[in-house]
Amino acid sequence: MSKGVTSKRTGVFAPAVSTTAGPVLEISGLTVSVRGEDGERPVVSDLSFSLARGETLCIAGESGSGKSMTALAIMQLLPQPAARIDSGTIRLRARDRGDMDRSDIDLALLDERRMRHIRGDRIAMIFQEPMTSLNPVLSIGRQLIESIEAHTGLSRAEARRRAIEALKAVRIPEAESRLKQYPHELSGGMRQRVMIAMALALKPDVLIADEPTTALDVTVQGEVLELLRDLQREHGTSVILITHDMGVVAEMADRVIIMRHGRMIEEGTAADIFARPQADYTRELLAAVPRIGTGVGRRKSVESEMRGSVAVVNDLHVRFDLHGGFFGRVNRRVHAVEGVSFSIAPHETLALVGESGCGKSTTAKALAGLVPYHGDIVIGGRNLAGLGRDERKAVRRDVQMIFQDPYASLDPRMRVGDLVAEPLLIHGIASKEERGQLVAALFERVGLSADQMELYPHEFSGGQRQRICIARALALRPKLIIADESVSALDVSVQARVLDLLKELQREFGVAYLFISHDMAVVENISDRVAVMYLGQIVEMGTRDQVFSNPRHPYTRRLIEAVPVPDPARRRPRFARLDQEIPSPTRKIGEDPPKLALKDLGNGHLVAVS
Amino acid sequence: MTNPIAPDLLATGRMPIKPRTGVWRRLVKRPLALLGLVIIAIVVAGAILAPWLTGYDPNEQMFDGLTLEGAPLPPNASFWLGTDLLGRDLLTRILFGARTSLIIGIVANGVALLIGTLVGVTAGYFRGWIGGTLMRFTDLMMAFPALLLAICLAAVLQPSLWIVAMVIALVNWVQTARVIYTETSSLAEREFIDAERTIGASAPRILSRHILPHLLPTIIVWGTLGISTTVLLEATLSYLGIGVQPPTASWGNIIFENQTYFQAAPWLVFFPGAAILALALAFNLIGDALRDILDPTQRGRA
Repeated sequence: MSKGVTSKRTGVFAPAVSTTAGPVLEISGLTVSVRGEDGERPVVSDLSFSLARGETLCIAGESGSGKSMTALAIMQLLPQPAARIDSGTIRLRARDRGDMDRSDIDLALLDERRMRHIRGDRIAMIFQEPMTSLNPVLSIGRQLIESIEAHTGLSRAEARRRAIEALKAVRIPEAESRLKQYPHELSGGMRQRVMIAMALALKPDVLIADEPTTALDVTVQGEVLELLRDLQREHGTSVILITHDMGVVAEMADRVIIMRHGRMIEEGTAADIFARPQADYTRELLAAVPRIGTGVGRRKSVESEMRGSVAVVNDLHVRFDLHGGFFGRVNRRVHAVEGVSFSIAPHETLALVGESGCGKSTTAKALAGLVPYHGDIVIGGRNLAGLGRDERKAVRRDVQMIFQDPYASLDPRMRVGDLVAEPLLIHGIASKEERGQLVAALFERVGLSADQMELYPHEFSGGQRQRICIARALALRPKLIIADESVSALDVSVQARVLDLLKELQREFGVAYLFISHDMAVVENISDRVAVMYLGQIVEMGTRDQVFSNPRHPYTRRLIEAVPVPDPARRRPRFARLDQEIPSPTRKIGEDPPKLALKDLGNGHLVAVS
Repeated sequence: MTNPIAPDLLATGRMPIKPRTGVWRRLVKRPLALLGLVIIAIVVAGAILAPWLTGYDPNEQMFDGLTLEGAPLPPNASFWLGTDLLGRDLLTRILFGARTSLIIGIVANGVALLIGTLVGVTAGYFRGWIGGTLMRFTDLMMAFPALLLAICLAAVLQPSLWIVAMVIALVNWVQTARVIYTETSSLAEREFIDAERTIGASAPRILSRHILPHLLPTIIVWGTLGISTTVLLEATLSYLGIGVQPPTASWGNIIFENQTYFQAAPWLVFFPGAAILALALAFNLIGDALRDILDPTQRGRA
């Protein structure tokens, strides 16, 4: 169905890297255990694998599979004193060229002092969150130069030259002036590039990348992955890439290891794993991955539902004032949402997609009454702007929200049963006994058991917590549920089940969803209509088929193309790079951004024309 | 009463939510918390039963309470904890002093915590001009020397035990307010507070049900730390003549009266000091235990 998209993807295989030399890293029988309340618990058991020179090995698995612990064990950075290596060897092969590292080393036996020489120099690591792995009070130049100096004994001037080279290698423009910048002045993608530059400046034999692109937007993710691939080709570095995203695996891996509960489930070349998975778990994992172009057509036509809208948003503006200058006057504004209009029909799912900072979450918050706004929000035929406090509370009952992070959106000090009962209590619905029964019924409806009502949020897994949030949102029988990235924090298999639950509930209760997400594959799976946001404005809106099969705005196309395809046979040849960063939505007073006009291409397919 | 929301869901009958298991029962199960409770019980009992425990009058200057040279007696068979500079029985004075110190420690400290928490929570949650005004006022109070303020207040109001307690409370709430403000404002940013607002929870409900429980550890720690501070501040005030008036005993003024003779008669400072320490420790132990008991995430899986 989405031929226009897939045809662009039929690229050739990335040229096979020469893996003639022997393995650079050999792990055998690695067992890591963590001491907890209930005694020692193995998090990695009896893991053996080897990494060839110049090879990319992906370790894939869901949360709790022990993939990150494996990486930390190799780096000897396991959280102390809770975790330790029980048994096994981590053998780092000698360099061919080096004269001092002639013999192999077992990292598991190395003391901290000698390990420090290995880290950075022979094995480097990049982490998921580039903001927290850079020191915020030191300029990136200083951090880069110091790490080079510490390992090489180069003079400061030479180290500086090498730092600039490294920044140029990761395609950071104006490398020299960037040295003076601090981490907060760079975007997430730039920061991750600095991390990569830092990791590769010392030309390590092995680079361990732990979810390097998970915190980044899809379009940036594409660029960073491509960068990693290019650098690896140039330097012949061996890469261990740890990820939960099978799309990233397909894009990057020569070989794949699938892990679960600390054990290796399957190992093989990327082509084999994707084409002929042997283990049941691998098959399940692959089946759960949302793919663009597989969304089942929904039988319901939109026009039949257009009789009344659950919510109408008209010319919504949200701006945040920034104070500055000597008197703390407002001198700049963040134009988070600029004139967004849409409507949602009953039983309908409208997806709002875009990258971080595009204003999609702010739109949701305005709709949920969490931020002040200008413009009109009409819910169930009543404009919120003209209502008093009590009336507004009553209308708001029809709009409920499910947040992104199920760990953060439930009060950790309340029992989950009380949490689900709370909306009923607040709105004075049902007696105490009835509430208990209602909550129990809701628990069962979302796939939990009523016995679990007595527990606290921390006693549940991420997927279960998100089910609790869903039950809570459902308790008031709202007409509209806003799901703000509600499945992005979940593992794919859990994600698939939660999405199924949301669909079932929609059929059963007729609730409409405003589904906010950055993940195009998930959006294609669940939505009826899609609105694409960029810099606070909608650039394209239409039915799912219109947007995915016939994307008209360049930004929409770019978003769709950026999604890694979970199929190594369809690797993208080259990803079109954006030359500049996405402009900032912060503007000086009086400099309002130009308003985009939307043009109807027919059947309600709206596209911004500039 | 019929249910407008989901009559169909009512079909599956289930038990309503069980009440919480007793905090008290879990408190006594912890040996350290039990020790704290025992110490407090002893102090309270001592304070109440003071007139009948020793057979001495706390203010009576006894002839045989001093050596022939007029020096105080170290602990001995008739005066268990020795005597003070005026020949009064130290044990009796400490027991009577417990009354003053308990009242000051608990009342003054409690009121200070209450004011501090109220101001901090309000300012932290509402921000805007309410928060701004409250916090600037707090800063002003902080900048003003506490002792000077206490002296002014005590001078205006007639000194009595309760007035002293109030004065101490009015001086001591400031730090609590600052700390609570910081914590509340970071709590208010947490996502579950947004989630509460989307289900229509009112500000008082959010504050009492969802913010206050999270502040409890801080409040408890400040509360227990405050006990020793307030007891000593009371001593300072008595020393300056505006606190509890001599000869009424309080732990603080026993120490103050005798601190210059520390080397010659160490017991005079040691015993009341130990009493303050034990009381503060006892509250601390209970506070620690309470913090763990009230935090569900500190407990193992049920």
